[in-house]
Amino acid sequence: MQDNIIVRTITRILIPFIQLYGLYVIMHGDSGPGGGFQGGVILGSSIILYVIVFGVDQGRKIIPEKLSDTLNSIGVLIYAGIGLICMIFGGKYLEYNILPLGSAHFASHIGMLGIEIGVGITVAAVMITIFFETARQER
Amino acid sequence: MKSISLFAVLITAAVLAYGTIDMPDFGDPQAPANLHVAPRYIEKTHEETGVTNMVTSVLASYRGYDTLGETTVIFTAGISVILLLRRKRDD
Repeated sequence: MQDNIIVRTITRILIPFIQLYGLYVIMHGDSGPGGGFQGGVILGSSIILYVIVFGVDQGRKIIPEKLSDTLNSIGVLIYAGIGLICMIFGGKYLEYNILPLGSAHFASHIGMLGIEIGVGITVAAVMITIFFETARQER
Repeated sequence: MKSISLFAVLITAAVLAYGTIDMPDFGDPQAPANLHVAPRYIEKTHEETGVTNMVTSVLASYRGYDTLGETTVIFTAGISVILLLRRKRDD
């Protein structure tokens, strides 16, 4: 598909919008439909579109193996880490409203946003990893 | 042998169908499943968690452990794919 100028141009235009929408879905999980899982899948699909159009080798230049492997675990680390931070401040595991961020409502809100971001990072990275590894098998 | 299997399947289907007769109507507010924790989620979500989306409050706050487990499952799937399918550069 690398030779088709229409596909290449449209992809270049579309990818920023797909990624922006993915970030929107993650960040608005607390007030509307959406959340980490859905937003992560949308973010991952933008990279998958890029790899389909520009090829695996070009895609690996954008997302090297090391980066996607690291992001895989960073998402879970953020989630579990927020739980541990809640324990450090004297609450139970994942008891967000104990965090010292002003009101309990706001702290709980920020805590949930944090874990949604963690979930989104892991889901996006795993989507990208699975796609890259299965795409590589064909050669 | 085939007729015995058919008989067993039919009896099971009849028993299962008979079981659905006693089930509450779909979306019935008086159904036992809607009387246990659902009212608390609906009434106290904003007060207790500070978010307006009930689905997110259940997913991220009330059932936070569960979502941590789900995320770990996805992470494990990714690591398994890396371990099983990744090839070395120089083959």
